[in-house]
Amino acid sequence: MSSIWQTLEGYLDLVEKPARYIGLEQGAQTPSHKQSNVAWLLTYPDVYEVGLPNQGLQILYEILNESPIAEAERAYAPWVDLEEIMRRERIPLFSVDTHRPANEFDVIAFNLSSELVYTNLINCLDLAGVPVMSSDRDGKHPLIGAGGHCVYNPEPLADIVDFFALGDGEEVVSDITGVIHQFKSSKSVSQNRHELLLELSRIEGVYVPSMYESTYDMNGAQILKPINDEVPELIEKRTIIDLEEWPYPKEQLVPITEVVHDRLNVEVFRGCTRGCRFCQAGMITRPVRERSDEQVRTMIQSGLKRTGYDEVALTSLSTADYSGIKDVVEETVADPVNCGQVSISLPSLRVDAFTVDIAASIQNARRTGLTFAPEAGTWRMRQVINKLIREEDLYGAVESAFSQGWRRMKLYFLIGLPTETDEDTLGIARLAANCVAIGKRYTSAASVTVSVGGFVPKPFTPFQWFGQNTLEELNRKVHMLKDEVRKTKGVKLKWHDPKATLVEGILSRGDRRLGEVLKEVWSTGGTFQEWSEYFNLDLWISAMEKADLEYEWFAYRHRNVEEPLPWDHLDAGLYKDFLWQEWRDALEEKGLEDCRWTPCYDCGACTGYGLDHVVASTSPPVGGSQGTWQDLDNGSFAPQLLQISSKAR
Amino acid sequence: MILRLQTTKVGKIRFASHRDIAKVWERSLRRAEIPLVYSEGFSPRPKIAFGLALPTGAESECEYLDFHLDDQKYETSNISSIPEVLTKVLPEGIAITGMVKMQSKYISLQQSVTSTVWEIQVKENIEVVNKWVNLVLNSKELIVERTRKGKKVVDDIRPYIREIELLESTLMKRPIIQAELKTQPRSLRPSEFLTSAEPNLTMVKLRRLKQFIDTGDNQIDPLDLGDCLDFDLELCSP
Repeated sequence: MSSIWQTLEGYLDLVEKPARYIGLEQGAQTPSHKQSNVAWLLTYPDVYEVGLPNQGLQILYEILNESPIAEAERAYAPWVDLEEIMRRERIPLFSVDTHRPANEFDVIAFNLSSELVYTNLINCLDLAGVPVMSSDRDGKHPLIGAGGHCVYNPEPLADIVDFFALGDGEEVVSDITGVIHQFKSSKSVSQNRHELLLELSRIEGVYVPSMYESTYDMNGAQILKPINDEVPELIEKRTIIDLEEWPYPKEQLVPITEVVHDRLNVEVFRGCTRGCRFCQAGMITRPVRERSDEQVRTMIQSGLKRTGYDEVALTSLSTADYSGIKDVVEETVADPVNCGQVSISLPSLRVDAFTVDIAASIQNARRTGLTFAPEAGTWRMRQVINKLIREEDLYGAVESAFSQGWRRMKLYFLIGLPTETDEDTLGIARLAANCVAIGKRYTSAASVTVSVGGFVPKPFTPFQWFGQNTLEELNRKVHMLKDEVRKTKGVKLKWHDPKATLVEGILSRGDRRLGEVLKEVWSTGGTFQEWSEYFNLDLWISAMEKADLEYEWFAYRHRNVEEPLPWDHLDAGLYKDFLWQEWRDALEEKGLEDCRWTPCYDCGACTGYGLDHVVASTSPPVGGSQGTWQDLDNGSFAPQLLQISSKAR
Repeated sequence: MILRLQTTKVGKIRFASHRDIAKVWERSLRRAEIPLVYSEGFSPRPKIAFGLALPTGAESECEYLDFHLDDQKYETSNISSIPEVLTKVLPEGIAITGMVKMQSKYISLQQSVTSTVWEIQVKENIEVVNKWVNLVLNSKELIVERTRKGKKVVDDIRPYIREIELLESTLMKRPIIQAELKTQPRSLRPSEFLTSAEPNLTMVKLRRLKQFIDTGDNQIDPLDLGDCLDFDLELCSP
């Protein structure tokens, strides 16, 4: 096995944060390269401190290394300073575990969680010495795979990546390993690449784009057809039925250097049935599968002991909804082993006083910020997006937080949602002003940070047919909010660059023709596009022009129900007519209840797989407008006192 | 009870920063279930004190740290097992090479260490380096300009240079300067030292070999200030 460490070492004194490249994490594996094993290089196409905590990657890392026929190492995108040195000194992309060159692996598999990292994927391939386009690769090159939420529309990368894995990865990685292993031991992989890809395309949940041919209808919409009848027409996502069987990561990696989310993470459930119509994660990860509270407790205790972390995050799409939340939190805090020095964080707080009380009880040791996500400024808008938070619940939560000593909080909102009016946009500023007014009763230092992001319609959501707001429109809304927010002392506004929102929108619902665009943007220097200091819209606009494609057509256009969508050959478990009905209901401002505790409305997620929501407790969590007392009718009521205090500002 | 540890920092881990290493220690002590005394106040932290920061990228044979063991939660007869237990949870490249018990009143490492011995591998050839060393040793003063808190300061660093010895690396055939540089009243950094005469030398590799405390008549090791504890160093080799 070769290692580039000797060479790399000599240059690490010259780069920023060299500890990004040394590995040595607690829990890291140094597999002894066995010729017959299928060697995976799990790659996160962003810098180490962003990529290391990724739980999906860590789960697969463990599962693969437990397999007798597989081994896995990890790689991350080198930062620009090291990349320059690597290109100059001809150092290839490498694993951080044993510093093995990337092209010595059988598979390079990428985790894709944002559209803006696509050009980094290309850059990683190039740094690995692997041809970017799949048609330029042959048997001597590694197979290129990808998974993660973005692969629900993989088409922009269809000419670059060899295979995509849809849905939960826990089982499918072993299926893929099995097929490659069989080829490695019986046939020559190098001479049978097409055969191998064909075999991979027959694994449930695996999409091999080269097995499908694209044509375009008279309106320019992409239609895919399998190249022969051995290839499935529809690729269904993989779903693990029982999360309890997969208590991973068992040995979460503890890095030497600081990373984001630097704490123990315990996933308490997967899936979400809140039904927020803008939220792709909530749609594609259904049904809800909870871990039992015993297992959560065990994972917390053994994890803390093993890692030495003093903070644990209970992760999921909406952790306050976890059936066992109260017991788990209380017992963890009370456990004498934790000596009162362990803090718990709930990354996704529900907007109600009850969850704030939980937060207060667990953040005694170190009180960090509180974040709420009302997502929209008016009840009407929240009905459209089906985020049914009543204004009074938000104020109750905020009041509870200020009264318990918090002085700052963050509120997340989306702008550019379907049917949004200026009144809805300005409602964001009004909510924030009211929150500050509540805070002033408790502390003169009360402040609220409003964070707004432009809405990007995503595949497999009810809003997949919606034409995204234009760059100009989003800019106008940001400016309008800026002006409005300035009127209230104590409200700060932060916003996501609408230019980046536009690029995300192009790629989110783009088709195969965008492969050329990605390659062009990359070759003109467009890497690290999710970093504002490197993002450059001009590169994207000119690449689109060069490919003779209109970005307006991809991002701004409303789709109708008949139009073929580039991801129609994929199945996320949701019936298309359910999504369409939801889209119609959204336009009529009709809400939909959480189906965890109310009758099934047949979205397809459970029925299609013969499984049901798995919840640790059959009774819903206490309190909150989205708990038992979900209120579909009356949410705009705000306490009288507030109306007065906000006028008085 | 306050314990002082001596450790190495060699290999890949040399690229971890001083701050990174501080966190590694905090987590390692927790993993080894060694209870520490916490600071009071709004955000309590375990009481661990580190010695002079080692530049990121440098190796060392003699790093020190002091930590306050919470004797109320720890069976003191187990103290001799601490190095062994810690070795199991420390990352590759950090090995424990000594441990002593400190008196209740003692001076911190930052304040008490007076000089450190460095092994500096340089790029230039042996003739150039030989001349350079002689020039430095024969100078009465060596004026360097440096930036401190945004202002330019002119400093004579000659008094900070205690000893220089020139060796040649057998493996790489590169010159190695062994220099003892003072750390009081301020620390003279090896990189600064290399700029003390023309031509400025280029550092290839850096390793800290020793840290000394000057008692007036003697140069002693920071471990000499504590009481010896009985434990088996053999068990600490990873």
